[in-house]
Amino acid sequence: MPSARSETRQGVTMMTPLTARRRVGWQRIGEFIIERLIWIAGISTIVLVALIFIFLLREGLPAFVSVPLSELFGPRWYPIENIFGLWPLLFGSLLVTFGAIVIAVPLGLTTAIYLGEIAPQGQREILKPLIEMLAGIPSIVLGFLGWVALAPLIQRLGAPTGLTAFTGSLLLAYMSLPTIISISEDALYAVPKEYRDGALALGATQWQTIWRVVLPAARSGLVIAVMLGIGRAIGETMAVMMVTGNAANVPALGSGIMFQPVRTMTATIAAEMGEVAQGSQHYHMLFGIGIVLFIITFAINSLATRIVGQPVNRRRRGQL
Amino acid sequence: MRRCRSPVRFYLPVLALVALLTLAACRPAPTAGAAEEAPTTGQAIQNKGSDTLVNLALAWAEAYQQVKPEVSIAVTGGGTGTGIAALINGTVDIANASREMSAEEFEAARAAGVEPVEIPVAIDALAVIVHPDNPVDRLTIPQLADIFTGRITNWQEVGGNDAPIILLSRETNSGTHVYFLEEVIRQGDENNKDIFAPQTLLMPSSVAITNELTRNPNAISYDGLGYVTGHEKVLAIARDENSPYVYPTIETGSDGSYPLARYLYMYTAGEPTGDVADYIEWILSPEGQAIVTELGFVPLEQE
Repeated sequence: MPSARSETRQGVTMMTPLTARRRVGWQRIGEFIIERLIWIAGISTIVLVALIFIFLLREGLPAFVSVPLSELFGPRWYPIENIFGLWPLLFGSLLVTFGAIVIAVPLGLTTAIYLGEIAPQGQREILKPLIEMLAGIPSIVLGFLGWVALAPLIQRLGAPTGLTAFTGSLLLAYMSLPTIISISEDALYAVPKEYRDGALALGATQWQTIWRVVLPAARSGLVIAVMLGIGRAIGETMAVMMVTGNAANVPALGSGIMFQPVRTMTATIAAEMGEVAQGSQHYHMLFGIGIVLFIITFAINSLATRIVGQPVNRRRRGQL
Repeated sequence: MRRCRSPVRFYLPVLALVALLTLAACRPAPTAGAAEEAPTTGQAIQNKGSDTLVNLALAWAEAYQQVKPEVSIAVTGGGTGTGIAALINGTVDIANASREMSAEEFEAARAAGVEPVEIPVAIDALAVIVHPDNPVDRLTIPQLADIFTGRITNWQEVGGNDAPIILLSRETNSGTHVYFLEEVIRQGDENNKDIFAPQTLLMPSSVAITNELTRNPNAISYDGLGYVTGHEKVLAIARDENSPYVYPTIETGSDGSYPLARYLYMYTAGEPTGDVADYIEWILSPEGQAIVTELGFVPLEQE
């Protein structure tokens, strides 16, 4: 504190001592208030996350205590008979998300490469805002479209019903595409032009430049893009609830695995939370599902940080 | 030297804030019973319970405003169990129920000094519905049980096409789901622990069921007669192979020949008196029962 005071004194030597002191006082009060406000804004996120986590644990942990572990991994979820097998829900969520990633990641990354590296300026300026507009479509609207238009189409392709894991994956892929495209395109854009010029000057083709120079340089941004896309997919509720059929079923492994109805964890919470008796085992179990979801997204984020963290440090040390 | 501020000094307020808010969150919420007001003597009738009955109860309450504007009726849903619990706690005048009170509930009521009186107010017939193109037009209840538990998975086994059966049901929080579980899948046997097949598609609403049923030729579902839109094919149901197959209609629902018809009840604490008695008498009158038909339920037989 003493050093701060001496600095300000130096800055106001031209004024009379009285006004100077007054001004310094006001400045210090103003600065104090602003600093505090920024501090509150900054930590409010941490506090909120901590509170949510504590609440989730308080409401969800009793479920894991009262339901034996063997039952938690059971193949059936039928809460009105107190059968709480999480396996079909976990499997449903993972299957739908996995399908969405398989569709969205190659499509998203290639779109981003086209937009960032190949497309002429004019096309880029039209396409980019259009793709960003996709992100603004409310998920319930997409869900409704999927229910009315996509599901009958899937059924016509030969599935026993149009309400399948694949229908959900398609919708989720479509939903996570804008996220993946715009963030990876930004990552490609951030790669210095000198890298490309250097590669081309050494005689590399455009494709070699993209594959060997631009993509590795943008790697951390691309990983973040994919991870955010996955995050969007696994947490989505309403659209998935409308098109996956909500059957708490562990699909038979095989070629038709994607064309069977599944029930995701998010849809289960949404469908059952409204009518559940507060404090009942079922109520705690739904929060328990919330904990499982939280752990999964946390794991994805940590994984992303780990993957992203290392190459960035190495590059800062001077290597490409 | 602001930079050198120790981390403890920085995080202490954060921790304090978290702890404070946690404590606030942990404060026990007021119990539901305590928050509810005691029944208001005099004009306002408190009516609570079954969600199946809630639309009908609302329609009655609205129509009764024309008959007796000075009596106001407050209708809330929440489920049969909630309504009965409120009756036992003495916070409602009338509890709506889509099933009979259980022996445990009767005991709890007597222990609380309440003698519940059961009044059937309407009948709900549950229609089993399939796609209009499905050649199957009748099933027995044991066949339905086999279909919905997944023991029968192909329409061929019940006289239809060679096609997989797609099961559609309401979500588990629906009273109709529970009724179907108890009366069809378990055939009224309390020791039977069968449940819906895991591949049953749980639909969030009656509309979703109708929508999927009209575009999937292999689907089967069930719904209250009042929710059947005419785009589906309604099946004739028999109690067993030796019983007659009966279509759900207002007539077969009210004379008891349709096997999947259930009474909807109102319960009062002791014999109803005053305004409550007048209201229930009006519900049972031809005028009140006409509203039952309007909403697609089956009215009681008029003596």
